[in-house]
Amino acid sequence: MGLFERSACALTVVPLADRLSCMPIKTIATFEVKSIQIINEKGEADEGLLPPLSEGEFKRFFETIILARTFNHRALSLQREGRIGTYASIWGQEASQIGSALAFGDGDWLFPSFRESGVFVARGYPIWMLYRYWAGDERGMQVPEEFNLFPMSVPVGTQIPHATGAAWAMKLKGDRKAAAVYFGDGGSSKGDFHEGLNFAGVFKAPVIFLCQNNQWAISVPRSRQTAAETIAQKAAAYGFEGVQVDGNDVVAVYKATKEAIQKAYSGGGPTLIECFTYRLDDHTTADDSSRYRSDEEVESWKAKEPLIRLRIYMEKKGWWSKEYEEGINRGAQEKVDSEIKKAEAYAPPDPADIIKYTYAELTPRQRRDLKERGWQS
Amino acid sequence: MAKLNLVQAINQALSEEMERDSNVVIIGEDVGKDGGVFRVTQGLMDRFGPERVIDTPLSELGIIGSAVGLSAYGLKPVAEIQFMGFTYAGVEQLFSHASRIRSRSRGRFSCPMVVRAPYGIGIKPPELHSESTEAIFCQMPGLKVVVPSTPYSAKGLLLSAIRDPDPVLFLEASRLYRSVKSEVPEGEYSIPLGKASIYQEGADITVVSWGTMLHRAAEASEDFDCEIIDLQTLRPYDEEAVLQSVKKTGRLVIVHEAPRMAGFGAELAALVAEEAFEYLKAPVIRVTAPDAVIPMARLEDYYMPSQESIKKAYEKVMKY
Repeated sequence: MGLFERSACALTVVPLADRLSCMPIKTIATFEVKSIQIINEKGEADEGLLPPLSEGEFKRFFETIILARTFNHRALSLQREGRIGTYASIWGQEASQIGSALAFGDGDWLFPSFRESGVFVARGYPIWMLYRYWAGDERGMQVPEEFNLFPMSVPVGTQIPHATGAAWAMKLKGDRKAAAVYFGDGGSSKGDFHEGLNFAGVFKAPVIFLCQNNQWAISVPRSRQTAAETIAQKAAAYGFEGVQVDGNDVVAVYKATKEAIQKAYSGGGPTLIECFTYRLDDHTTADDSSRYRSDEEVESWKAKEPLIRLRIYMEKKGWWSKEYEEGINRGAQEKVDSEIKKAEAYAPPDPADIIKYTYAELTPRQRRDLKERGWQS
Repeated sequence: MAKLNLVQAINQALSEEMERDSNVVIIGEDVGKDGGVFRVTQGLMDRFGPERVIDTPLSELGIIGSAVGLSAYGLKPVAEIQFMGFTYAGVEQLFSHASRIRSRSRGRFSCPMVVRAPYGIGIKPPELHSESTEAIFCQMPGLKVVVPSTPYSAKGLLLSAIRDPDPVLFLEASRLYRSVKSEVPEGEYSIPLGKASIYQEGADITVVSWGTMLHRAAEASEDFDCEIIDLQTLRPYDEEAVLQSVKKTGRLVIVHEAPRMAGFGAELAALVAEEAFEYLKAPVIRVTAPDAVIPMARLEDYYMPSQESIKKAYEKVMKY
């Protein structure tokens, strides 16, 4: 009986007819959530929605997905061989990461979580540095000056307000830029999500919230993160637009992100994009997902993974051939091989690094710590 | 020279630094039109506009978390949290991010931000408005913790805090806001972080304290020859000043209003035990609150170290 609850004179229950005559109930807010797919899993495109992308741009999506996937696959092997530590696989989520990351300009700032290898690879981040990082070397996140990429954030969802803050600073300084933050369905349950999105709405900050809803937060399904039908609709409560896209459709992700960036640049404020996708691998190399989800479920999503549809679509356009893909694969393997060599040949970190990046300057105690341990500063 | 109270001195520091550096912005709850719940930011929105003195949603995590992004991008946010007890909602942002972005990125990014918060007992407020949990924050590498004791030092320390390249928690004793005055010169002067100040020279007992308790420790010292050290910065703190004084007096009394258990006094006592043991003529004594939750108004006078308890500590170390 929503009618009774919403009434301003609902202190006592009175006959409906009397109440309507004294205080009509009005609908003062509604919302709708759009879900966008441009290329479906069979490789069929909605030509009306398809943005004007060239062959070269399609190939860039395709080749970046292959490179990221090769990076990812090798990371899993290296972990099994004990050459890197615990690693969080991106398999299945490449379109969400790459379609969005390729949409940003160099001046935009990105705030990734720990499951964002595709974002780093798409931005051109040195691959050997990623392997160093996952091998337990902080220097892998000593982000080179030319990248406006924050080091990956481990505590889930806590990076969300950082992007809001950076975007807010862009607005206060009058810079025509945007910030974006990557997080998952699990992250949307955190207070950081609420406070970060709420600030962004209030200050109309040029920020894009990229939620990869990969259906699982370790073993807990999306249905346990929220009773809401979508994560996208949460934006409505913060006063800005939320949209769901097929997160395995690189073109849909790219288009939605581009539009959100344009909106941010032109003062239109934030956007929440829910990329509806699936984590095909375990949560990390330390997880066993067979404990909590069925093979059938995983198999059904394998048919929907991003590369299959892209391949079919590009073949129809005459942009794909077996030889082309083999060449791309070979190139990616060679690239990743040489990056691994570089990562493993790199000099081990200096123990003094533990201390010397705590503050801009060493404290007297830290100078003593260095000296007592015999570490060079 | 004008005599200012703590509120006026901090207001002047903010105002002057905002005048000098257009990157400084104030964010927080009620900091704009209302001038803050203690009126510390009074008049600043009129002077610098709502784009630099910004009322935010009621959202401590949001304030500290967005300050991470604001500062990484190049602004210098000075965030006001209304009471120290409310910083707890933003502690993860301070501990897991602000204080370690520099280390995590091996120097590429940093968070030069200040979080100002009133702390401590003595204004008879509701629950959680009197916290004095500075030691928790001192455990976190990458963060600096400053507690001014006088209006003069508050201004100079705040200038240094705003200019510091790393995040600073700036704790203002709410009991002192309007109860102490000192001469505060107009214009620029800064007091370096990490340096203590000798509040009162003496020969027999070294007393180390900060904030409200510094004044109580001084009041209790009338019949003793105490050297009173105003620590000013708790992290990183001035070990040399403490050691030098203890080597001279041979006695150390630490006074703080936080509970004794793992309080900052424990750090000071351990330092002296390690570095100046052979100079000690008496055991180190900590005068602190009991190991219990801070009470509300009716019992707060019992909780805070009293002048008598401090005097007793002075008497005790003088017996050796």
